[in-house]
Amino acid sequence: MSTLTLHPSDVSPARRLLGGALRSREIAVAIVLLLVIAATTIKNSHFLFGDNGWRDLLLTPAILLILAVGQASVIITRNVDLSVGSVLGLTAYLTGRIFIAHPGTPVVLVFLVGLAFGAALGLVNGVLVAWGRVPALVITLGTMYIYRGVFLSWAGSNRVNASDMPDSFLSLGTKQFLSIPVLFIVAVVVLVLVGYYLYTARGGRELYAIGSDPDAAQLYGLKVTRRILAAFVLSGSMAGLAGVMTAARYGTVSSNAGLNLELQAVGAAVIGGVAIFGGSGTVWGAAIGACLLVTINRALPVLGVQDFWQQFVVGVLIIGSIVLDRVLSIRRDRKIIEARDNA
Amino acid sequence: MTSATVTASAPAGRTYRAYSHSWWRRTLLTREVAIIALLVLVFGWASANVANFKSPLTVYFLSLDNAEIMLIALPMALVIITGEIDLSVASVVGLSSVMVGILHQDAGFSIPLAGLIAILVGIIAGALNGFLIAYVGLPSLAVTIGTMAAYRGLAVGLLGTTAKTDFPVKWTDLSTQHIGSTRFPLIVIPIVVLVAVFVWLLHFSTFGRGVFEIGLNDEAAHFSGVNVARTKFILFVLTAAISAFAGIYITLRSGNARGDNATGDELKVIAAVLLGGVSIFGGRGALHGVIAGVLLIGVIQSAMRLQNETVNVINIVIGALLVLSVMSTSILTWLSKQRARRAGLGTLRRRQAVATSNPER
Repeated sequence: MSTLTLHPSDVSPARRLLGGALRSREIAVAIVLLLVIAATTIKNSHFLFGDNGWRDLLLTPAILLILAVGQASVIITRNVDLSVGSVLGLTAYLTGRIFIAHPGTPVVLVFLVGLAFGAALGLVNGVLVAWGRVPALVITLGTMYIYRGVFLSWAGSNRVNASDMPDSFLSLGTKQFLSIPVLFIVAVVVLVLVGYYLYTARGGRELYAIGSDPDAAQLYGLKVTRRILAAFVLSGSMAGLAGVMTAARYGTVSSNAGLNLELQAVGAAVIGGVAIFGGSGTVWGAAIGACLLVTINRALPVLGVQDFWQQFVVGVLIIGSIVLDRVLSIRRDRKIIEARDNA
Repeated sequence: MTSATVTASAPAGRTYRAYSHSWWRRTLLTREVAIIALLVLVFGWASANVANFKSPLTVYFLSLDNAEIMLIALPMALVIITGEIDLSVASVVGLSSVMVGILHQDAGFSIPLAGLIAILVGIIAGALNGFLIAYVGLPSLAVTIGTMAAYRGLAVGLLGTTAKTDFPVKWTDLSTQHIGSTRFPLIVIPIVVLVAVFVWLLHFSTFGRGVFEIGLNDEAAHFSGVNVARTKFILFVLTAAISAFAGIYITLRSGNARGDNATGDELKVIAAVLLGGVSIFGGRGALHGVIAGVLLIGVIQSAMRLQNETVNVINIVIGALLVLSVMSTSILTWLSKQRARRAGLGTLRRRQAVATSNPER
């Protein structure tokens, strides 16, 4: 609306800020999240105030949150990365094998290896998508099969058990700092870094430009290939990080680690307001969407809904949020047209 | 290649060069024929080198195991040609399987009646997809990711972790029976009928021309009199109805109705369709390629299984095939561009090349 009027808005900055906040998707999803937490806590106070209530509330979404951050950055460029679940599984297994082969490996080094390994797998996706000029959906569907297959044939019937990994690593999964779980802190630090980059840095803004209109971005002289490549490397390294965290959190890595997580990550991003056709949405939204998905899954049994219905609720949420987006955008368009006609 | 070379960044469209080749080059040098040739090669190689591959049981199990993929791939090809996608098919399979189980065993309906209701449920599920995509105008990728979770959740929610396994032997036997004394199972009959129907629908009817037109340019399709929304709606309903039929089939074949039946099959179907030469951008594809794509995956699977390869290695091969098949279009386009540039064929082409290399001019 403000683009149509040349003079600054008459509304005071405070009210504009308030209006912006009321219309923001992130805040809407956050309110739903708080309502879910409140309703569940009223039903059963252990959900929040129990022995592990607060810890689980923060700890369980951490892994999906990181995946959703990576996924959102890819979706913003009008692509999608379906291979993240397989990358997560493969990296989690690699983590276990590193500890089995070299029990004394420093934990920091393992995290770096996980990031680098995930980034390498993401680079493969990025090279194929960006240079091959083929749709990401197909390529990452293919690499999803390939990475999962490599993982399963490498692991065979072996699995990594808690006894294979050092205590200093496993304790990260439950360790807390000022009563906040360490893994959640890691996730939030990653979220803030990526979110800040996408919000302010040139590279980040260019991802939005590419997603809004790839051809226009190319004509404008943006380095589309390189940016898309970078987005896939980011998504891969996030999945790698999430893989290491999965190993630390659960202690065992079985063959179904990360199975079907890719769709949850896409779902989290969509619920959080990242448009599936690129160009809009934030990683904050995707992160809150991830928290909402995980928390609803944990809240349903407490609220007396059998946990078999979780997936149904997730599906309804995804559809509800895209329908809502559509309704809001139609209303916004109508208002803009009205404003133009009245001007 | 006869195909219009369409890439993500620059839709080159049909060039006159595409018609400068003789008709036999245009019919034989296509992706569909390449996939069929590959299928024949793999089949020939497997018959010669893989022990037991030549036995009649191979064809029998090949048909039994890939029937649901083949059935769903037919309407899915049409959906993808319009430029949309349906990720919810395997969830509809699961939902229909659960419906048959519950209606037959808890409500006491006969199998045909339960099956009919399951197909109706499938049609409703498809109508919801189609309504949201065709009439509300939401992106099909997002809608069907949502309904994939929702329909699967409904299936799992209705049955929980239990399974209905007590089906009349008459019906479970029917699903695995041979046709007379041939090596083909009975399920081949509906497949052949549906293949004929879909070949007619896509390649020989006005509806099918509309499907291609929508995929190439839906606005142009609208202005040339194609009812874009209705076409898409019908396709999504058809896809879900056939998925529901596939759900009845796998319930009877495996003898159990479970919420997680056919999990992950949507990706197998899409992989087969794309391998068969249907463009994910829409507007291009042919059913003989799709059928060859499904069979190619099936033959590779059964040959590798007979050689005692694990399902993991098979997955790697299928994934690599999928990536290679889409990359091949890009590589061929790039090669022919390079060749054209070197030969300096036609000023138009050179001007195009200049325009893409310095876009600001």
